[in-house]
Amino acid sequence: MAETENLITVKDLTKTYQTGSVEVFALKAISLTINKGEFVAIMGASGSGKSTFMNIVGCLDNPTNGEYLMEGKDVLTRDKDELAELRNSKLGFVFQSFNLLPRTSAQENVELPLLYNNKVEASVRKQKAIEALTSVGLADRLGAMPNELSGGQQQRVAIARALVNAPLIIMADEPTGNLDSKTSYEIMGIFQKLNDEGITVVMVTHEPDIAQFAKSNIVFKDGKIIANHAVKDRKIAMEELKKIANLTDENSTT
Amino acid sequence: MKFFNLFRIAYRSLNRNKLRSFLTMLGIIIGVASVIAMLAIGEGSNQTIQKSIASLGTNSIYIFPGTNANGGVRGGAGSNQTLKLEDADAIAAHCDLVKYVTPLVQRKSQIIFGAKNWNTMIIGIRNDYMLIRSLSITKGSGFSEADQRSAAKVCLVGVTVIFNLFGDENYNPIGQIIRINSIPVKIVGVLAKMGQNTFGQDQDDIVLAPFYTVQKRMMISTDHIGSILASGKSELQVVDAVDQITSLLREKHKIAPSDDIDFTVRTQSELSNIFGSITKVMTILLASIAGISLLVGGIGIMNIMLVSVTERTREIGIRMAIGAKGKDVLFQFVIESILISVVGGIIGIVVGVLAAEMVATFGGWPVVITPLSIILSFGFSSAIGLFFGWYPARKAAALNPIDALRYE
Ligand SMILES: Nc1ncnc2c1ncn2[C@@H]1O[C@H](COP(=O)(O)OP(=O)(O)OP(=O)(O)O)[C@@H](O)[C@H]1O
Ligand SMILES: [Mg+2]
Repeated sequence: MAETENLITVKDLTKTYQTGSVEVFALKAISLTINKGEFVAIMGASGSGKSTFMNIVGCLDNPTNGEYLMEGKDVLTRDKDELAELRNSKLGFVFQSFNLLPRTSAQENVELPLLYNNKVEASVRKQKAIEALTSVGLADRLGAMPNELSGGQQQRVAIARALVNAPLIIMADEPTGNLDSKTSYEIMGIFQKLNDEGITVVMVTHEPDIAQFAKSNIVFKDGKIIANHAVKDRKIAMEELKKIANLTDENSTT
Repeated sequence: MKFFNLFRIAYRSLNRNKLRSFLTMLGIIIGVASVIAMLAIGEGSNQTIQKSIASLGTNSIYIFPGTNANGGVRGGAGSNQTLKLEDADAIAAHCDLVKYVTPLVQRKSQIIFGAKNWNTMIIGIRNDYMLIRSLSITKGSGFSEADQRSAAKVCLVGVTVIFNLFGDENYNPIGQIIRINSIPVKIVGVLAKMGQNTFGQDQDDIVLAPFYTVQKRMMISTDHIGSILASGKSELQVVDAVDQITSLLREKHKIAPSDDIDFTVRTQSELSNIFGSITKVMTILLASIAGISLLVGGIGIMNIMLVSVTERTREIGIRMAIGAKGKDVLFQFVIESILISVVGGIIGIVVGVLAAEMVATFGGWPVVITPLSIILSFGFSSAIGLFFGWYPARKAAALNPIDALRYE
């Protein structure tokens, strides 16, 4: 069954930073398997190595040691160009700080991964970008520049950009870190919808209630995984948003 | 990677950073335009000087009073009055390598016709002058020997003088009486149009009269002459003719072999060398000014490119994070640089050519635009633009995406 297929397997993943004479052990032999269709939330104190882990799994950084397989195939032996292709077609990365190209419209930002993808014809590029933006609820802001968008809207553009090449997995490092709780729930709604469509989601968050939207939680401490468990009483974003709407309705009627 | 996609990416990036693109371009425009304009001015004067010197006749020999180590190139070294009419006659009589000789006297004079008057140069000549300088007459005729002997009150005029006295260059003034220093003089001929000389001087602003007419009727002192113009029998014998003239005049002026001579003899080619070296100096001067502007433009390009490195490194990080390969990023930056260089270079060429033409039109200065200046300036500034677009990009593209994203 597709649900139990191994998508990502890391073994003894180690990352050491050398700052001057001091060695920082950001990851200490992490081993973990993430299956297809998973929705994982990674928690942990600041400096526990969450971002380091995400960047390595997202192929933005190299580990010092260890093994990394994606769909059973070795990732770390690939050269830079192959990794770029991997990032382009199989991975979508969402950053806390959005990382949109400035002075570039939402649509052009979303078109960018398609421009770097040889398999996408010019004729469908625009349509795909519009579809992606529509799926994050921004159909009416195609031409908006990042500085004309709210933080939540910018993060949606970033998500549209991450999913426009139909990736296997979306990696999101504190995607709601800069957003209020209602906007955060909306973003979780998008992630849950994408996850329902079969995309694997790995997300870092500091907020326990946000982690409740995932299917399982992993907790990092000092570069190690100290807990990995399924989420009980998983929250569904649509329902939470409805509750908020009812609350504000009640407030306004009283 | 599809090339057209890279082109689109590069174009969008330039369009997105209009000010930066424009400032980079400005560096190239200034560099290219100034080099082209400067070198056009230098080359223009060089060529016209060479041309007008060559047009004076390659056999010509100039004898000036006084000595000047660097060559008495000015038409009569002012206070030095050492040449006499008999020197010219002696050259004509004794120097067998000399074909034609004429003494020259000249002065600026006011000439009047009716209510109009004009200030111009009156030159007293023998008829050989016309042959040495290959002057021709379009209307009327030259001076007869009788005119020469009798100091007849006749003259030949250039078209500029006709224009200023009669209001029309094509007016036929033959037979009209003009007054030069209050002396009535009849116009007997019109000189063929010569145009401007090396220094933008109008060579048609001239009146020629028989030698005695000027010397006896118009000059205050009649003892001395301004200069002597001669020509050698052939181009090859010019140097020997100069030796003949020098030893003859040395003898006539009773100068001991150990003493310095009190006159200067120059050939056409010596003069052209002197002028040639003057224009060379000028061209070098202009070229160095142009080189400095090119350098300043280049530094401007570097500055803007390097200042934007942080921003661009982040941009490169974002692009790589979403799947751009190192070479995609490099190509994008190279295409951007080429676009800027080519567009800026073309604008620079246009501006440079226009500036040169403006100097030519409003400054009356001859300009010649050389392909070398275009290639040189264009090549240099686009090389700088290319390098400083490519080099930081190469460094950024070699980083891990995450390091590029975090670059400060
Ligand atoms: N480029 C770097 N150079 C040196 N040390 C680094 C670097 N990046 C991270 N570290 C160190 O590695 C450790 C793990 O950092 P990481 O960014 O993974 O933490 P994190 O769990 O994401 O924290 P936060 O919740 O604050 O984002 C920290 O001690 C950090 O100081
Ligand atoms: Mg982090």
